[in-house]
Amino acid sequence: MVGIYSPALLSDWLVPGKSLFLAIHIIGIVLFAYIVARRLVPLYRAQADPRFDQPLARLKNVGKYWFGQWKHPRYPFAGVMHILIFAGFLLLATRAFTLLIVGVSPNFVMPGLSGKTGHLYNVVTDYAATVVFLCMVVAVVRRVVFKPARFGKSHTADAVFLLGLIAVLMLADSFFAASEAAGRARIDESMQLAFLSLPWLLRVGFSSTSLAALWVINVTAYLVHAVTFYFLLCYRPFGIQFHVETSLFSVYFAKLERGTVKPVRWDVPEDHLDQVKSFGVKKFEDFTWKQILDFYSCADCGRCADKCPANAAGRPLAPRFLTIKARDYAFEHYPVFGKANNSNPLVGTIYSEDEIWSCTTCGACEEECPLLVEYIDKIVDLRRGLIDSGTVPQSLQKPLKALESRGNPYGKMEKKRADWTRTAEFQQDCTVKVLDQKTHADVLYFVDSVTSYDNRMQSVARATSRILSKTGTDFGVLGPTEADSGHEVRRFGEEMLFQALRDHNVEAIQNAGVKRIVTSDPHAYNALKHDYRDLPPVEHISQVIAKELKAGSIQLGPREVDGKFYTYHDPCYLGRHNQVYEDPRTVLDAIPGLKRVEMKRSRDRSFCCGGGGLMLFYEPKEEQRMGVLRVRMAADAGANVIVTACPFCMTNIEDAIKVGGLEGQMSVIDLAELVDQCMVVPVREAEHEIAAVGD
Amino acid sequence: MSRIFVCIAHRNGVAEDTAAELVSAARAIDPSVAPTALVAGHGRDIDTVCESVRPLFAEVWKLGNEALSYPNAELMRQALVRALPPQSIVLVPHDHFGIDLSPGLAVKLNSAYVPDIVAIEGVEQNWLRVVRQEFGGQIHAHVRCDVSSGAVINVRPGAFKAEPARSVDGVIIDKSADIGTLTVRRRYLETIVAESGAVDITKHSVLVSVGRGMQEKDNIAIAEELAEALGAAVSCSRPVVDARWLEKSRQVGSSGKTVKPKVYLACGISGAFQHLAGIKGNPFLIAINKNPKAPIFQVADVGIVDDVLEFLPELTKKVQELRGVSAK
Amino acid sequence: MEILVCVKRVPDTSENEIELNAAGNDIERDELVYSINEPDNYAVEEALQIRDRVGGNVTVVTVGSEDDEEVLRRQLAMGANQAFLLYDEAFEGSDGRGIATILKEFVLKGHYDLILTGVQADDGAAQVGGMLAAMLDYPFASLVNSIEVDSSKLRIGREIEGGNREISEIDLPCVLSIQTGINEPRYVGMRGIRQVASVPIATFGTGELNVDEALVGAGAAKVKRVDYFVPVLGKSAEILSGSREANAEKVLELIAAKGGLK
Repeated sequence: MVGIYSPALLSDWLVPGKSLFLAIHIIGIVLFAYIVARRLVPLYRAQADPRFDQPLARLKNVGKYWFGQWKHPRYPFAGVMHILIFAGFLLLATRAFTLLIVGVSPNFVMPGLSGKTGHLYNVVTDYAATVVFLCMVVAVVRRVVFKPARFGKSHTADAVFLLGLIAVLMLADSFFAASEAAGRARIDESMQLAFLSLPWLLRVGFSSTSLAALWVINVTAYLVHAVTFYFLLCYRPFGIQFHVETSLFSVYFAKLERGTVKPVRWDVPEDHLDQVKSFGVKKFEDFTWKQILDFYSCADCGRCADKCPANAAGRPLAPRFLTIKARDYAFEHYPVFGKANNSNPLVGTIYSEDEIWSCTTCGACEEECPLLVEYIDKIVDLRRGLIDSGTVPQSLQKPLKALESRGNPYGKMEKKRADWTRTAEFQQDCTVKVLDQKTHADVLYFVDSVTSYDNRMQSVARATSRILSKTGTDFGVLGPTEADSGHEVRRFGEEMLFQALRDHNVEAIQNAGVKRIVTSDPHAYNALKHDYRDLPPVEHISQVIAKELKAGSIQLGPREVDGKFYTYHDPCYLGRHNQVYEDPRTVLDAIPGLKRVEMKRSRDRSFCCGGGGLMLFYEPKEEQRMGVLRVRMAADAGANVIVTACPFCMTNIEDAIKVGGLEGQMSVIDLAELVDQCMVVPVREAEHEIAAVGD
Repeated sequence: MSRIFVCIAHRNGVAEDTAAELVSAARAIDPSVAPTALVAGHGRDIDTVCESVRPLFAEVWKLGNEALSYPNAELMRQALVRALPPQSIVLVPHDHFGIDLSPGLAVKLNSAYVPDIVAIEGVEQNWLRVVRQEFGGQIHAHVRCDVSSGAVINVRPGAFKAEPARSVDGVIIDKSADIGTLTVRRRYLETIVAESGAVDITKHSVLVSVGRGMQEKDNIAIAEELAEALGAAVSCSRPVVDARWLEKSRQVGSSGKTVKPKVYLACGISGAFQHLAGIKGNPFLIAINKNPKAPIFQVADVGIVDDVLEFLPELTKKVQELRGVSAK
Repeated sequence: MEILVCVKRVPDTSENEIELNAAGNDIERDELVYSINEPDNYAVEEALQIRDRVGGNVTVVTVGSEDDEEVLRRQLAMGANQAFLLYDEAFEGSDGRGIATILKEFVLKGHYDLILTGVQADDGAAQVGGMLAAMLDYPFASLVNSIEVDSSKLRIGREIEGGNREISEIDLPCVLSIQTGINEPRYVGMRGIRQVASVPIATFGTGELNVDEALVGAGAAKVKRVDYFVPVLGKSAEILSGSREANAEKVLELIAAKGGLK
């Protein structure tokens, strides 16, 4: 039989074309369905996770992050490539289905794609296939020859295999189109191919091929296409390419509420927690179904680990490995072919304790991940499991016990919490009210533990108080009735202690009858804003200063320049987690004469200083301190003064300057301290004073 | 007044310093009478010891038995119970051996027990008045003890000044026969000697010693810098080892090493006696601690009430300036 | 193995300041926080680890009052199988020997292969373990920092001078006093404590224990604390006043003067 016919009409092989391809379809689809069903098994056994609310918000995410590939350009080269590949896949999807169906129903045309539309579609997809093919070549070369660091020691062979198969798919499609077009040309039928596309180029190569040979090529290409398509479909769920299918779901079901941590069990209300037998994630089935979906969805691109500060410091944590190891565990213990076998504890087998405690919850990983894979909740759940089984490093046990008995990790006495307000010099400029049921104020300055008790940080408390006082704010502190916000207590997995601290603070805050809360501690800010409920609105002091500047109630005098270049370090819990990037910069830029430079890693790419709260007590295994790396980044940006807006950043950076040997070359100051030093009493007030004296 | 006995701790034929210290303690209880020494052990070593302590004691009782060749408190106790007359007052140094021996000894002798005394005020109608410390040395207490049926009193090493040899010229009495056969229910097997570690702190004449006041492991580097500038070594107190900030070989104290430096800087160390017990030879002791009430200030020569994490770098700077080394 | 651990609830001295109270007859207890005596915590952890290795039961006991129950509960939350409070008006004011007597009667009510205590508590006496052993006529070892179980014997390490370790073999049943650092105690969180909040803790007094009242209580005490005091500082340190820089210079001078600079 000579000529180009639809492969469905193939009759000179063992099996008629239609039957062969129908069989391939059936086997492929059934196998795929079976594989997916088996992959879903651990999700059924996992914990509940309510992700079916707010469909509009979720669809918006899908539009932005899945369809719009929003996060991809953060790594420009790979990002653009992926966008091209993704767009290519979307465009080619319909063409691929059409092609598959043609093997069974010879004259099939996709509804809506007949005539001119169909023709236009074919041209577009010719180019799409070409672009995808070229991207595959580039990707393989990049993997094998250039070996980007962030891929690390990952599965290069597997990656190349899959990239190769996609290339094969594109080639098969192109050979099929090219051979059909060449064949039709022989019998004077025209078939348009897009100029200079891959099929077009191949057709040029077929200019002298015989019709019989073209027919063989055509059918073979078709067979290769079908088999490769189904092979890929069924192979993807066995590796990182499963993200092709799961990404839509991982983005749709992504977490909507930022800043807070998931409850211990979504399906158990707080007052029933005592009945839960085991807290946290100890074995694989303790994860929620969405967390397991995340494991499947990871594309092992390494962007998370690349930006992870713990990884940069040489700690045993790299977020992608958390995911990949769990995924491998799922594949091993819930195999597609074979029985699911028993669950072991995860920490001590696939994870090490140090790995889990190393995380500062800075959120850089979640910020980068194009698939919106979540990490912080998993780390917190794993820590909950460790706390529940008593496996806690000794260095953390002391501050935890102190938090329980004294409400601060230092174990210092409650009555001394407001001692910072009582130094002789300070009391001359500023009186700070201590709020309780009898003494109220408009604004609560929530100081939190480190700023209250640490000698260095107390000056930030005083500076903040002076700023509030000079703007005429009616404010006070809770003093001895304030307990630690519990922000890190929660993120280190001690949920019940966190709840005790939270309940204590909520009562104290309600008793103080305040209308607003201000804090100079981003961790407290995040806790009060997201972890606590039923509180008046919370602001960080940088936001307050920015507002007052705009309203003209603060004026900032010039700062002696003397060769100093300032750079602002975005604290993780003010910046990335709460997206307050501009207010502190506005404040700095309002200081006349202050020269500011920006570090390469700033705003949502800010590099964590080392962590706060309980992280100050943990003794990590690391090659370098995160703070030292950060201080060097500031030096590289040409700065010699780092401005922070967080007491933990201050502590870590000051330490790092000493340890890194940069004393004398780099200094650090808190934003509130800087503003306090530059604050000028506005003219209106000065006039008032003169008038008063004059009386 | 009951008879007063002093347990002589000895090693390799030499009596330890506590022997002379306990004689002073005994005199504080009863100035009129010289006490009796108890020397237990085996072989020629104890003969040498008995001879060497004669100048301090009215009588020296030798308790020789093969089973006592290693100082096993369980066996010692049995021997003493058999040898001692009723209602004796027995003074024992409060060290790892005294802690092991004395509580049980007091029970078996049916006497009172007062551990770790630092001063003796006197006896009044069968009540002995002494001074102890509690809460890691943060506070002192007057304690009285009914000695009418005797007492076992553990004395803190170094609390009493060694009695100068008065040439009492005591008599050595062999009481070995009283011991009889000892029941062994705790058998000594071997001693594992502590690793000497990279640095032998006993060989340094200047020590920068760190305690809990350093707050975290990373801050030890501050002390190391000072030590390097001074040509000294870093040593530490027990809590630093417990927290695994430094190896055991760096520990100064009754359960660590005994050091005899010329200059000792106690940085962020509270001054618990177990630590001080490891410092001999009366070095020049400089204490830096932010708590003005820390017990260390009572034994230091010079004290600075300051945050050790701020003071040490300042001192390091001064040393480096002196040496003409520019600050790194 | 049936293991008994004797524990004590003491003021937490790490950040607590121990001061004389206004009346001068005790320490200021108003703002103290209490917890289990640290060496006792290591002892309980050791008992739990031994039990988990060789099987058996861990019981914790304390001589005290209702206030001390919180410490017993914490040890139950840590993993102990049962807890007992030994309380009676007649026990109040007991000295160390009195406490040991009460514990001895408790021990005789049950059957224990191994009895552990912490090496010492807030008063630094380090006595109850040794006394208890003598009263029970069990072998004893103090300052224990390692334990290996070998059928009816234990191979133990004791901490002696110079950081050395004395290895002995001791027969069971025995009493050991445990030194800190022997292990790394597990964490007990708030949740654990809440879970044992309603576990009953039996209280035994003179009715349940065969205690001879003449041997316990304030009346029988042969050692009594008269008062607490802060000694008038005799020869104490010369405290340097002056700026940090001036102090540092002075210290350097002194070090040099004493031959400390090479």
